[in-house]
Amino acid sequence: MATESIEIASLPRTTTTAVRLRGAQLADRLVVGFFGLAAWLVLLVVAALFVTLAIAAWPAIKTVGWPALHSALWDPNNGKFGVLSFVFGTLVTSGIALLLAGPVGIGAALVLAEVAPKRLAGPVAMLIELLAAVPSVVFGIWGLFVLAPVMRGAIEPALARTLGFLPLFQGYFFGVGILTAGVLLAIMILPTIAAITRDIFEAVPAHQREGMLALGATKWEVLARAVIPYARSGIIGALVLALGRALGEAIAVAMVIGNKPAISASLFSPGYSLASVVANEFTEATGQQYLAVLVGIGSLLFVLSMLVNVAARLLVWSVGRSQSAARA
Amino acid sequence: MHRSRMLLISAAFVALAFAQPQASRADTQITGAGSSFDFPFFSRAFYEYRRNHGGIQINYQSIGSGGGIQQFTAKTVDFGASDVPLNAAETKAAQAANGPVLQVPVALGAEVIAYNLPDVSGHVRLSAGVLADIFLGKLTTWDDARIAGLNQGVHLPHLPILVVHRADSSGTTYIFTDYLSKVSSEWKQKVGTAKSVSWPAASSIGAKGNEGVAGQVRNMPGAIGYVELAYALENNISYAALQNRNGDFVLASVDTVRRAAAQRPDVSPSNFSIVDMAGRDSYPICGYSWAMLWQNQADKSKSKQLMDLFRWLVTAGQSYADQVHYVALPANVQAVAEKALAGIRS
Repeated sequence: MATESIEIASLPRTTTTAVRLRGAQLADRLVVGFFGLAAWLVLLVVAALFVTLAIAAWPAIKTVGWPALHSALWDPNNGKFGVLSFVFGTLVTSGIALLLAGPVGIGAALVLAEVAPKRLAGPVAMLIELLAAVPSVVFGIWGLFVLAPVMRGAIEPALARTLGFLPLFQGYFFGVGILTAGVLLAIMILPTIAAITRDIFEAVPAHQREGMLALGATKWEVLARAVIPYARSGIIGALVLALGRALGEAIAVAMVIGNKPAISASLFSPGYSLASVVANEFTEATGQQYLAVLVGIGSLLFVLSMLVNVAARLLVWSVGRSQSAARA
Repeated sequence: MHRSRMLLISAAFVALAFAQPQASRADTQITGAGSSFDFPFFSRAFYEYRRNHGGIQINYQSIGSGGGIQQFTAKTVDFGASDVPLNAAETKAAQAANGPVLQVPVALGAEVIAYNLPDVSGHVRLSAGVLADIFLGKLTTWDDARIAGLNQGVHLPHLPILVVHRADSSGTTYIFTDYLSKVSSEWKQKVGTAKSVSWPAASSIGAKGNEGVAGQVRNMPGAIGYVELAYALENNISYAALQNRNGDFVLASVDTVRRAAAQRPDVSPSNFSIVDMAGRDSYPICGYSWAMLWQNQADKSKSKQLMDLFRWLVTAGQSYADQVHYVALPANVQAVAEKALAGIRS
């Protein structure tokens, strides 16, 4: 700003340019003001959301409090509000989703951006973006009527046969449960990961690749040593965004997770998640405390998402630092 | 098939929208909210009422019983509807808000035990004890000797039993757990009666709404769950014949539900349970749905309209119940409801 005003001051001053300049300054100020307001508004909305949630959840925090966080007993009509099984279900299903969709999404993006001919890459990329626009309730119905029977009939028996020695893959197959919810979430977040990482790969400057190629690197070496390291922080950003969607998904998860407030070692068994318990029980909740606890679960989800976001920021930051340290 | 049905349904909706009698500004606006169980019956009955009575606009929001009680207590609606009458705490809150509350039975329905057993035709027979033990998680496979003993000549598959229950708090769950508490002391002690409970069976899952429970049952061989009769009849779901107190195996129908309801003519908001009734061929899992009205009405003309509407709803309006697979209130219960409505003051 300071340099600008000096430059302006040093310009020849005729009345018309002065008027024009004054107009330009006004426009400048308006634009800066508007964008500043927009930025503050976002912060204000987040803060207002948090404050409102905290006030509405306060009766629950006061009466139920911390013990709720390490109990899995959920029986609202008898005043038992243990939320541990919801936290468990949310984290495990989102974890499975990220584990499955991460590699596939990044792989798909790599192929689309770097390997596949443009004629093919364009339409496929468009299809992926289309998948991202499918409403979650549609995913839920598909999950219940198509995915769940396949999980019960084929995938879960196969897992039990091959990996059944692990407690993770034991027990009855119901088709609905933690694993099915994780797989459905993976499918839902796949387009987010693929579409964003593809854009990031395409934004890697051509000279990075050309430099490697000039040194005689193979295509694989170019990808592994020039493209992926350059895009690393962007990829982590895409994964965080996808994880956020998985953590907060309510309806689709409610339709396939089994809605049973229990913690079990087996991925086949039904569970529950923070978002889906709110979606299921909010409309029929009676009594101040019950409602307050459900709002409290909402705030817990809010805090959990924020913690995940902060952790991812720290990860990106430390990766960036170790990279620059390695370069130096 | 599905498509043509969808088309038919949407055509019906469009026709309904156009057939609505013209609203005029002078019409009395009556709003209600609550039970989704009542919604199909209310929309049919209110539509007919408006066709024959001018000067009234009725708007019912099917937001669930819990929401209905809240909206009613907050005085944002003229009447509320709930599948279970107000409990002591809810009554106290309502009385603090606007004085005494009148509660009248408006609809009678039943619940069926739906199951998914491929290759088993007809209706599987279940006794009260077996049903309770299935939901307690004590019977875990369909070919268990106790189930087979009730179904001689039926080849029951060796399938694990999966219990499907409501994930949302609901009057349907209240009526079902009320029944289980009446027939099993173990259930009463361990689980109890409530709109949502902690389900003891190890292999059990929750689903939202009747459609959710029905969907999971239809999807999963070996599943068993409870859904409203109207829902089961409209969607062609296989359901069990239940043994009543008399020892008869009874299928839910308009007739068997009415027989059960007639056993308790003195139904009231504090004595409303009609599950596990005695009597020949009475179906064991039924219940009333209730409307809530304020005894003290501020607006005189509105109060008259409201009273006329509900008087009609609990008497002549009951003739529309059968058309949407509900059961008309027995004559003696209609009289009880009418008497309660006479308490409205303005």
